[in-house]
Amino acid sequence: MLAQLLPGDIGRAILGPLADQASVDQLNHELGVDRPWYEQYWSWITAALQGDLGTSYALQQPVATIVGHALWNSFKLAAVAFLIVVPLGIAGGVISALRYGRLSDRVISVGGISATVVPEFVSGIVLILVLTIWLHVLPLSADAGPGASALSQVHHLILPALPLVFVLFGYIARMARAGTIEALDSDYTRTATLKGLSQAVVIRRHVLRNALLPTISVIATQVGYLIGGLVVIETLFNYQGIGLLILNAARAKDFPLLAGGILVIGCVYLVVTLVADLLYGVLNPRIRYAAE
Amino acid sequence: MSTLDEPLIQTAAPLQVGPQGGRPEVRYLLLRSRTFLVGVSILLFWIGCAVVGERLTPHDPFSTGEKVLAHPDATNWFGTDKIGRDVFARVIAGARDILIVAPLATILGTVLGTLIGLVVGYYRGVVDDVISRVIDAILALPLIIFAVTVAVALGTSQVTIIVLIGVVFTPLIARTVRATVLSERELDYVQAAKLRGERGPYIMFVEILPNVMAPILVEFTVRLGYAIFAVASLSFIGYGLQPPSPDWAVQVYEHYSVVSFAWWTVLFPSLSIASLVVAVNLIADGITQVLES
Repeated sequence: MLAQLLPGDIGRAILGPLADQASVDQLNHELGVDRPWYEQYWSWITAALQGDLGTSYALQQPVATIVGHALWNSFKLAAVAFLIVVPLGIAGGVISALRYGRLSDRVISVGGISATVVPEFVSGIVLILVLTIWLHVLPLSADAGPGASALSQVHHLILPALPLVFVLFGYIARMARAGTIEALDSDYTRTATLKGLSQAVVIRRHVLRNALLPTISVIATQVGYLIGGLVVIETLFNYQGIGLLILNAARAKDFPLLAGGILVIGCVYLVVTLVADLLYGVLNPRIRYAAE
Repeated sequence: MSTLDEPLIQTAAPLQVGPQGGRPEVRYLLLRSRTFLVGVSILLFWIGCAVVGERLTPHDPFSTGEKVLAHPDATNWFGTDKIGRDVFARVIAGARDILIVAPLATILGTVLGTLIGLVVGYYRGVVDDVISRVIDAILALPLIIFAVTVAVALGTSQVTIIVLIGVVFTPLIARTVRATVLSERELDYVQAAKLRGERGPYIMFVEILPNVMAPILVEFTVRLGYAIFAVASLSFIGYGLQPPSPDWAVQVYEHYSVVSFAWWTVLFPSLSIASLVVAVNLIADGITQVLES
């Protein structure tokens, strides 16, 4: 764990520049950070395996509780983003492929690439200005406040989710477009057309099913990116999720919190990748039968 | 040859050999690609701003003034920021730092990545497996979180940011180069060089490298876009370029809390970042399309 090796006096960071050296040393000893790094790492990793992520230096609460709460907040934000972007991206890619080479294809492709490459805080700022400050369509605060209804929470999360939607749209649309073009080109599509099925049925039954497979795997690979995007978005909207938590932990040199947060992110990434692989198998008969 | 070059382009003679010995039809197609030309124009505009910068603007980007958070008007075209600096001057001068840091980081990553990709792709074996695992690990930990952790340890100098992004890009570029080298090494000219008794390094750098330059160029432009994205994002969360730099992302970092009543302090820098990343990606898109056609 890199975090354990980082320089910086933790006791000093907590007590501030005015505290005398004796109490800083005392606090460092109580926290156990005056021990050698390998000893600290060993006790951290053995405790983590038992589900104990330690106590935050700065907040004096169990890391697991804080991280769990932040993770849930981030999950809500990411869920809203995915709910918007997955249908939108797939629709964009499929339309683009069906109109291959025409103006609408170019507009979706170039627009998708452009939306993908603009940093989240840039599109976030523009969206805040347009949707909240000038048009008053969406609320600025990402947090609906305690006890708010689910609907109100979603309403507050749309604005912060939109920059993530922008970035992900291009990726998903590009994969859906490539998949659709390949499926449209295939022999089974030609057979379906030649046996007299209407175009709508061909697209729904034969093209879409095959086009969506690679799209699902690309959605899973974007989870790693998404977590990075959450750091930026949660900073911009001051939303108490896992990204902002890691950033604040790094700023405060709160190493148990930082290590716990990064560990949890690694786990989330692993789980999502696994789920995506399983889902891919379920949806793709070639893989399903090969395994049996 | 170079004197013949211009008329050739205008009279559309795509199969003539160009002065660099490369494929002249590539250059010809690039100059006809609207995507590419729009991207290049915007990029050249910002490079011009980075070079000339505050020497042209009516105000100095660093000098503070009496008027704080003033609306855009005839003297301060883009208004003033929260310590009275002219936003227009800062937007023009703000092109400089990112156009130094992002390209240097990308060049570092491309050079290292090409070296590793050539070696791994040519020799394969254990190194190949190790690199693949490293790439998996890097993909699992988002760049921003990795960068924040490193920045806490090593500080946020421009050199740190360049090395950090360069190092993260290295395995990603190495993977692309490796894939191309894998198919290239089976070709006849490599076999011929081997039969002539050429050594590995000679075959890699003199025989293979010139033939994989096209994918490396595409990778470089795409990565440059990511580098700008990454540097800007890091600056925005306070771990990239540092105040008082007039960098666009730093301006947004300093002013996003006043967005509700001083839109000009954040809108103009934001649009500048957007135009720069989109420009670089239009260039990458143009090059990719031409090379693939």
